[in-house]
Amino acid sequence: MATPILSVQGLSKRYGSNAVVNDVSFAIEPGECLGVIGPNGAGKTTTIRMCLGLTAPDAGRITYSLAGHSTAETLQMPQDALAIKARLGVVSQFDTLDPDFSCAENLLVYGRYFRMKDGAIRARIPQLLEFAALSHKAKVKPGELSGGMRRRLSLARALVNDPQLLLLDEPTTGLDPQARHLMWERLQLLLQQGKSILLTTHFMDEAERLCTRLLVLDHGRKIAEGTPRNLIEQYLEPDVVEVYGVGALALADSALKALAARVEVSGETVFFYTPDAQPLLQALAAQPQLRTLHRPANLEDLFLKLTGRQIREDG
Amino acid sequence: MDGPVSPAPGIWRAPELSLRFWPVFLRNLLVWRKLAIPSLVGNIAEPLMWLVAFGYGMGALVGQVQLGETRVPYILFLASGSICMSAMNAASFEALYSAFSRMHVQKTWDGIMNAPVSLDDVVLAEMLWAAFKALFTVTAILGVMLALGISHSPKLLLAWPVLLGVGITFSCLALIFNALAKGYDFFTYYFTLFLTPMMFLSGVFFPREQLPGVVHAISDWLPLTNAVELVRPLFLDQWPAQAWRHGLVLLAYTVAAFWVALALTRKRFRG
Repeated sequence: MATPILSVQGLSKRYGSNAVVNDVSFAIEPGECLGVIGPNGAGKTTTIRMCLGLTAPDAGRITYSLAGHSTAETLQMPQDALAIKARLGVVSQFDTLDPDFSCAENLLVYGRYFRMKDGAIRARIPQLLEFAALSHKAKVKPGELSGGMRRRLSLARALVNDPQLLLLDEPTTGLDPQARHLMWERLQLLLQQGKSILLTTHFMDEAERLCTRLLVLDHGRKIAEGTPRNLIEQYLEPDVVEVYGVGALALADSALKALAARVEVSGETVFFYTPDAQPLLQALAAQPQLRTLHRPANLEDLFLKLTGRQIREDG
Repeated sequence: MDGPVSPAPGIWRAPELSLRFWPVFLRNLLVWRKLAIPSLVGNIAEPLMWLVAFGYGMGALVGQVQLGETRVPYILFLASGSICMSAMNAASFEALYSAFSRMHVQKTWDGIMNAPVSLDDVVLAEMLWAAFKALFTVTAILGVMLALGISHSPKLLLAWPVLLGVGITFSCLALIFNALAKGYDFFTYYFTLFLTPMMFLSGVFFPREQLPGVVHAISDWLPLTNAVELVRPLFLDQWPAQAWRHGLVLLAYTVAAFWVALALTRKRFRG
């Protein structure tokens, strides 16, 4: 196995008595997209901030192995923060674009922070804008762009130094479906080019589509890790039958319960998890007033099983 | 291998400065170039109004001011003091309102720190940028003063770098309050409790000899007083008395304020 491009071991961070990140370890192989999922307050953003040297960990090691001019160099965060960041691309949760600059100027000014020569940056700007589908907006300021365009400009800006590893904190939060799909397409393109990505997200379809492997965080701890398919197989029955409508809730304690491996109630809906849905569906056919939805188990089910259904508002 | 990392470095460690500050300074310059003309009008209109209203208006009533051995026209007395005040105000505004916008509202600093630029260098860039704005304002006002024939002292050439130093001192002081601010309202305190009283106690508008003993003693140590004591003689084609002392006071304020501002900004960003 190749040396991981980023390796995190035993990472912990406390604020007072609150362990925000608690003994978290993971690694990203070259070319891999690792997704970090978890409810609000699970420690996703704090983990990324520690990987960027913006927050000092209480314990743990963060090691990068990034190709230098000739060979791969092993660098430690936070000691080698600047050398590491010179080869990283970062999109933070909230846009930090310069409102006074046009799209092209945003890229130029950002490239200078990497000590790139103006000529080298200017030569890259057209392809970066094209990648972001913003070629026609080169002279427009971010304030006049849509949310999706701004996120893509942030992504293009993160690529100005041609990084090997991208750290993306919720890159599609707040975008409409069209904008999200375009963003996913662009990220897939980057993966095809051999870049590695660390991504946090709230969207399970995003995690399923993009990520090679997933890390599930809750209350600062790693509670599961694996490929999306393996995680679903490991923790869930393959089929889900959702039942709602008048009298649905009563089913949770009825004889039908025996036909499912696991039954959950959320709001007005009953969820039956089962390896074989047919007997259950036949029994339900006798109650046509109920609405049923039969589908394969997905990451969202996994996420809710592992982290519970209660609302987390401590973002 | 997984033992505890070395403890997080303290906020009071020595500043770690490098040339990486330069693209950040350049960024501010590029934004400003787009707005330079309206910004120039705002920066010099007010000090000139003070000069005209007080200098010519009050000057007619006051006539001449006794300054040591010599008597000087009030407008010259005022011009040489108010140019220091302009340097102070220009640097303070930039290092408070504008720096706070970039740091807190636009999150420009966060974006920059995702690139290989450290917080120390960002703070250095903001400090020098605010001082540059002060220098720019002062240059424009000096130009108008020359045109009005208020002073033709060749030593004004020396006043120019001194005023850049004054800008640096006040931008360091202002960055302390920038680091502490929760919102723009906070800066009102800095202006009304610190800068405005200092304007009246530092010999800008009237000779400090008018001040009661204790206040005069305090006034000796105010940064603006030391700036005025350095700059005013240059307007009169004289050399400042005890220049080294005034210079050292300003230097002490600058170094201490920059260190404190940096420590408090590190604390703010330490999350």
